[in-house]
Amino acid sequence: MNLELNDEQRMIVQTMREFAQGEIAPRAREMDERAFIPPEIVAQMKELGLFGAQIPEAYGGLGLDTVTYAAIIEEISRACAGIAILLSVHCSVAAYPLSVFGSEEQRRRFLPRLAAGEIGAFCLSEPGSGSDAASLKTTARRNGDDYVVNGTKVFVSSGSLASLYLLMARTDPGARPLHHGISAFLVERSTPGLSLGRKEEKMGLRADDTMEVILEDCRVPAASRLGEEGTGFKIAMKSLDSGRIGVGAQAVGIAAAALDEAIAYAKVRTQFGHPLVHFDGIQATLAMMGTRLTAARVMVRHAAWLKDQGGPYTREAAMAKLFASEMSTWVTHQALQIHGGYGYMKEYPVERYYRDARVTEIYEGTSEMQRRVIARSLLRD
Amino acid sequence: MDFALSEVQRMVQETARDFADQELVPIAEQVDETREAPMEKVKKLGELGFLGMLVPEEHGGSGLDDVCYVLAMEEISRGCASTGVIMDVNNSLVCEPLRMFANDEQKRRVLVPLARGERLGAFCLTEADAGSDAGNLKTRAVADGDDYVLTGTKLFVTNGGFANTFIVFASTEPEKKARGITAFIVEEDRPGVKRGTREKTLGIRGSTTYEIIFDECRVPKANVLGEPGRGFKIAMEALDSGRIGIAAQAVGIARAAFGRALEHAKTRKQFGTPIGEFQAIQWKLADMATQIEAAHLLTIRAAVLRDTGGDYVTASAMAKLFASRTAVEVSDSAIQVHGGYGYIRDYHVERHYRDAKITELYEGTSEIQRLIIARRLIRG
Repeated sequence: MNLELNDEQRMIVQTMREFAQGEIAPRAREMDERAFIPPEIVAQMKELGLFGAQIPEAYGGLGLDTVTYAAIIEEISRACAGIAILLSVHCSVAAYPLSVFGSEEQRRRFLPRLAAGEIGAFCLSEPGSGSDAASLKTTARRNGDDYVVNGTKVFVSSGSLASLYLLMARTDPGARPLHHGISAFLVERSTPGLSLGRKEEKMGLRADDTMEVILEDCRVPAASRLGEEGTGFKIAMKSLDSGRIGVGAQAVGIAAAALDEAIAYAKVRTQFGHPLVHFDGIQATLAMMGTRLTAARVMVRHAAWLKDQGGPYTREAAMAKLFASEMSTWVTHQALQIHGGYGYMKEYPVERYYRDARVTEIYEGTSEMQRRVIARSLLRD
Repeated sequence: MDFALSEVQRMVQETARDFADQELVPIAEQVDETREAPMEKVKKLGELGFLGMLVPEEHGGSGLDDVCYVLAMEEISRGCASTGVIMDVNNSLVCEPLRMFANDEQKRRVLVPLARGERLGAFCLTEADAGSDAGNLKTRAVADGDDYVLTGTKLFVTNGGFANTFIVFASTEPEKKARGITAFIVEEDRPGVKRGTREKTLGIRGSTTYEIIFDECRVPKANVLGEPGRGFKIAMEALDSGRIGIAAQAVGIARAAFGRALEHAKTRKQFGTPIGEFQAIQWKLADMATQIEAAHLLTIRAAVLRDTGGDYVTASAMAKLFASRTAVEVSDSAIQVHGGYGYIRDYHVERHYRDAKITELYEGTSEIQRLIIARRLIRG
């Protein structure tokens, strides 16, 4: 048993840390305020091969294991959570399901493009179906060699940056239970009938855009259906299992940045004649922050390691995501509190960490859904 | 990175699991009720090699690693928390300091029978006025010829009722405070060693918590453990290691409580359906299991770091801090899942709840763990 990264993993993560701290972190505030991702940063990420992190080398990717991948997401999140979600969505819920469920032809057609940095996005949520994803209303009606897709997807991360959408739509309205009637499709951005709707104004994670994606008589070739008809829900759930590791790692990264800031601030801020770190209460808070952060990191790496071993990891990924996201919200809250009034000011990054952390309890399955996944697996055993 | 257990680790875990299920679960309630230490089971633990797990075979131990120790402690404590702490004290607080600091003669004479479980040990540090502030102890050891003469009263000595060998911390140079403390090996049959009152405790009631009095007790200089003046360091190192054991004990107690809550949720029906069908109960179970998983992984992490020669001080403090809170919260939730039955002794979870609380107190309170962690975080 050995819970440390090996030399090769450490080297890769170190490179990504230098990139994240050197290139991304200095612009994180600007990205948050202007709600955009500078194209030159995306270009650098492409050069580093980040968009092909887990894509097999045969398809142009780096073929990294999930442990390394999670550590990279953590490092990027430490610098900018918005860029991290761009990468995490692309890798975990676009490239990954394509690698696993795609036909050889589909893999050859799409994976090299994704590896080269064409961005992938995931379209599941709709105005009327969030956690209850199986009730989605977007339809895909077979018509010759195509499907005709109609509906509206919401909360699509990287919606305007993406070239390829993994989209869930109902192919069999009569199927019961409902989730048996859903299929997955790979939809090109350029497909006629696909348009972008409103761009959401968000509390945090503002660098990456969150879009409405509208489908009006959008013809998608049957060759772009991922997996068999009726397996879309399963593909979505498997994607989210993998995505939860990414979001867990993201939550850990945001919290790590917040803890670093809190310690640095508590060392220099003097009140009552002493630096804040001198006070028991502040020390106790820092200790709890570090402890919960460490626990979350081990949980995320454990889930990642299980995935790499090819074993079942659904429960562990749900636990890691649940724990890490709640930890991150709590740790960023405490970091802000330690900063006092300054923590509320944009001049210090902790208010951004606090805003960024919050969504990790919501997307890729709310905490409530994680509890449900965990409880069901416990009660079944 | 490799989370997989080795063959040996898996074997130790299975052995401990079977022993807990067959030998400890059936007697734990009685141990709690009667406050009688389960000496027959402790003897069997010795035969399994669980009382000197970390001691090399040449000194009577099993020569296993800390991960094995954690896995065994979790299972034994799941079966019976009193038995868990008896095992923890002998391994972590008695055998470990002897393994690390005893000379060869002491190892042959003192460590071998302790590691084999032929004798049992206890750790005498805490005093009436020296709890978390352990450096402030008042027990004195005065050199006299080839001996030291020990005088003072130690409190809250776990295993005090049956221990044969005590590791005693006393001040040899009071003006030097913590740096004037020396560790001694004191056998129970030395004149001047007396058992005082037995404490009535909330939980771990079978472990026998005693006051131990040293009344002009003569101890030969050959029984000094390590150098004179090094006692405080020896105590702290023992506790650093002991925290891993207590964290594992806490995880074991939490697992026991959770197991009962899960079973109850599956079988107890209200409103015509098992209560496990209700979201309020499901979410509670999910949170309990998640917290246990986090605590277990933190504990394993500390053990791995200790096994691989890494800096495990922060890790073991984090593990103990988190796991002890987990034990308290999970056992509390387990009572809640049981409803009124949870308050009734027959259903066991109230015992887990009482047993859990001590893990936040002994071998360093949670407040002291936070202090240890914070100092190291701040130092960077």
